[in-house]
Amino acid sequence: MLEPAAVHERLRDRFGDAVGAELVGRARTLGCRVEAARLIDVMRMLRDEPGLGFDCLSSLAGVDWPARQAIEVVYVLHSYHLGHWFAVRVETPRDDPRVPSLTGVWPAADWNEREVYDLLGVVFEGHPDLRRILMPEDWPGHPLRKDFVEPDEYHGIRTSRPSPLES
Amino acid sequence: MSLAGFEVEVQRESPHGLVTEDMTLSMGPQHPSTHGVLRFVVRADGEVMREAVPDVGYLHRSIEKIAEKVGWHGFLPYTDRVDYVAAMFCNHGWAMAAEQLANIEVPRRGEYCRVIADELCRLHSHLLAIGSTAMDIGAFTPFTHAVRERENLNDLFEELCGSRLTFHYMRIGGVGWDLPPGWGDKVLHFLDRFEPMLEEYDRLISHNKIFAERLADVAVISAQDAIAWNLVGPNLRGSGVRADVRRDDAYSIYPELDFDIPVGRGEMGTLGDSFDRYAVRLREMRESCRILHQCLEKIPDGPVIAKVPRTFKPPAGDCYVRVESARGDMGWYVVSDGTAFPHRCKIRTGSFAAISVIPTVSRGLLLADLVAVIASFDLVAPEIDR
Repeated sequence: MLEPAAVHERLRDRFGDAVGAELVGRARTLGCRVEAARLIDVMRMLRDEPGLGFDCLSSLAGVDWPARQAIEVVYVLHSYHLGHWFAVRVETPRDDPRVPSLTGVWPAADWNEREVYDLLGVVFEGHPDLRRILMPEDWPGHPLRKDFVEPDEYHGIRTSRPSPLES
Repeated sequence: MSLAGFEVEVQRESPHGLVTEDMTLSMGPQHPSTHGVLRFVVRADGEVMREAVPDVGYLHRSIEKIAEKVGWHGFLPYTDRVDYVAAMFCNHGWAMAAEQLANIEVPRRGEYCRVIADELCRLHSHLLAIGSTAMDIGAFTPFTHAVRERENLNDLFEELCGSRLTFHYMRIGGVGWDLPPGWGDKVLHFLDRFEPMLEEYDRLISHNKIFAERLADVAVISAQDAIAWNLVGPNLRGSGVRADVRRDDAYSIYPELDFDIPVGRGEMGTLGDSFDRYAVRLREMRESCRILHQCLEKIPDGPVIAKVPRTFKPPAGDCYVRVESARGDMGWYVVSDGTAFPHRCKIRTGSFAAISVIPTVSRGLLLADLVAVIASFDLVAPEIDR
């Protein structure tokens, strides 16, 4: 079982500055930032290298940060047979968010990436079937963006109604 | 999801000159075996499925977006709706995330109340899972037996928190109310009646040849695949992986309790088949009963909730907590930006992972087996869609 600091050190040794110098987060989200361009290599090393063995992508979440003009994708990794945890964060510009797809590393990434694409508009490059999953196919925009404005109607169905208490 | 790409009928000629073609079926969204509003687009060659593509989202209520709008305390009743068959765990997950962000310690009695409520809820959910598995496969009687017991649990919950399904029992910092006077004895009385019933389910369902053969060797998942797909709970343990968040994360008072973690044994067919997933649920109910006996015996006196400010503003930061729900490891990734409203709340659920496996495991199975596979995964549609 490795502490996140030890995992981080091994990543820094291999990837240098493509891996952030600081440990960020706390408890289960303790981990580091990684440059999007090296993401797949980093994840493959985390999965395959003896002693690391992260066999499970436990969580994949996108977070919108309008102040930083960025969308952050947070991957929480777990190793069932070694029992340790590590989080990897990738930042991508808000106006053209692109992150390499991890479908070739963990199959669990497939639907989770579709969800982040649907709700936050992050394009996962190399995903075999990147289409909306929860919202209708013709829904405008990505609802979990902080500046998303709900449309007044969808195919003639109003999305709000007057309150019966205020007339 | 449109049927685009599916309309193409593939024609094939058998060696005997018989021409067959693939058939596209839309199963759901209101099919009775889909346990909620859930649709599958199936391409079948006769009765053999070539492809079963799930179409989800019918029950998407943007619960994660609502979290960003209603504040920390205000979101608790919404968590009930994430998985309304096992709402207590959703309460627990959200409360734990907020407590971890704000460093709140729950009083001991509060933790006991939570675990008692959780384990009753596990029985509540597994009874429905087992009853409806049998019903989906064509055995109606076990369902009525399971629902009869579940009705008693509903009464206990109603007395505990005023609600039979969407409980809103837990609060950030503890639970809403202490156990009502005499309620513990009612739970013990229920357990006295219920524990022998578990043997009956075994006799009535598990050892029924037709039932066992419908599930055995269907949709076998290896331990390695189950982990890579991030299957959780009974679906993971059915493949022989002895993982349980109650043991691995040792949250609440679980480290002080004595219970086993049943895993699949491949007793009717192959390890990791649909029968193993069913059998794990049945055995887990026995463990839940053991936990309930211990909790009711050991529960200390004291307050049930910590002092938590009404305008709750946890310090900026993120956290990832997990609870062992009836459908397994439920992950809550929650981000606070230091304001009275959560910045982001991502709920990673067991059903979401389980349904994403269906296109892979269903290939080559009979159409009728799809129903057995859905039942064995214990899919709950609102938990997929959130």
